[in-house]
Amino acid sequence: MAKIIGGIGTAHVPAIGAAVDHGKQGEDYWKDFFAGIEPCKEWIKQNKPDVCFIVYNDHASSFSLENISTFTIGVADEFEPADEGYGPRKVPSVQGHSEFAWHIAESLILSEFDLTISNKMDVDHGLTVPLSIAYDQPDEWPCKVIPFAVNVIQYPPPTANRCYQLGKALRKAIDSFGEDITVAVFGTGGMSHQLQGERAGLINKEFDIDFLNSLVSDPAELAKQPHTHFIREAGSEGIEMIMWLIMRGAMDDQVEEKYRFYHVPVSNTGYGLTILENK
Amino acid sequence: MREPREYDDIPGTYILDGQHSRKGYHLNMFCMSLNKADNRDAFRADEAKYLEQFPMTAEQSKAILDRDFLGLLRLGGNIYYTFKLAIFDGLSMQHAGAAMSGNGMSFEEFRDMMLAGGRSIENNRSKTNEVQEYPKWPK
Repeated sequence: MAKIIGGIGTAHVPAIGAAVDHGKQGEDYWKDFFAGIEPCKEWIKQNKPDVCFIVYNDHASSFSLENISTFTIGVADEFEPADEGYGPRKVPSVQGHSEFAWHIAESLILSEFDLTISNKMDVDHGLTVPLSIAYDQPDEWPCKVIPFAVNVIQYPPPTANRCYQLGKALRKAIDSFGEDITVAVFGTGGMSHQLQGERAGLINKEFDIDFLNSLVSDPAELAKQPHTHFIREAGSEGIEMIMWLIMRGAMDDQVEEKYRFYHVPVSNTGYGLTILENK
Repeated sequence: MREPREYDDIPGTYILDGQHSRKGYHLNMFCMSLNKADNRDAFRADEAKYLEQFPMTAEQSKAILDRDFLGLLRLGGNIYYTFKLAIFDGLSMQHAGAAMSGNGMSFEEFRDMMLAGGRSIENNRSKTNEVQEYPKWPK
């Protein structure tokens, strides 16, 4: 049967992808950051997940205001890097796991999470930056990937609780897939940042650290927080942190935090990384 | 007009809710069109002419031509869309951030603010300064 071996929470700041793509890892601005994410690469090397289920958001790349879907699962065999306005990132195309993705889609819908199912979508930095953080720059990504996109742009996004409950249903879907494969679930986005308006540049380290602590010890309380709490405290784009709760919901109630790294700033963002394993 | 909402109280923040999305739909879809290289070329060749295909208000078109990043938000734009215009101009999110700060902040000042830990949450929670106590996650 499929087995979940870990949950990874990480911000997906596009500047990280640009730094990798342009070989800037050793520059003063970046060296502490890249040293800090090294244990994630080590964890991946040791644990070699067959499939990465990556919860992320599209940033007006593949999806627009024409059709707005709250949750979208990618069931294709392959996903190409999206052109976000500067040409696509020069990273390998992403290989899907269509059979497993369809199993998850059916299971989640029967658990009353009414997904949109996508056979064709490009994936933007929200998905490819976490892959760069985990795998650096391989010729091919050494895992299959199931993209799971969450609307966090058009208000209202799903509630934190909806994400947490979806994670629990995702766990059932993973556990009930008949193939003997290992799965890592990524919750991405955040942490505190506001890109827009007169409050642009907002970072709230205290909030981020509390979030990381509660994610381990008391995710049900995090799941009760309303949108406005995230927007006010973590910035309008900090609302992306609700996506980490899908990952957390898929883990056991009791988890061990194997690694944590927090770094300010990465571009305009508070960067956080956590690696969780079931106890 | 919609009813007042809790997040209206957050300073310097433009939430893309239903009414904002209605107002900014064509503006945002213009920005989205810049994802395609052919469209970027056409916009570069004649910006005003390119905009004619999008049924926007004169004010919205002017804000695009003027690169008024704060104005674009007020006219229905959302940052993930309007940032496409900054990308088109070869500008970073920190350039856009400085432009939207609305107080004449330069790129260098914005960059330095980020290096120093970002814009503080203190005195930035509420327009009315009523919500200044940071509510801890209940333990």
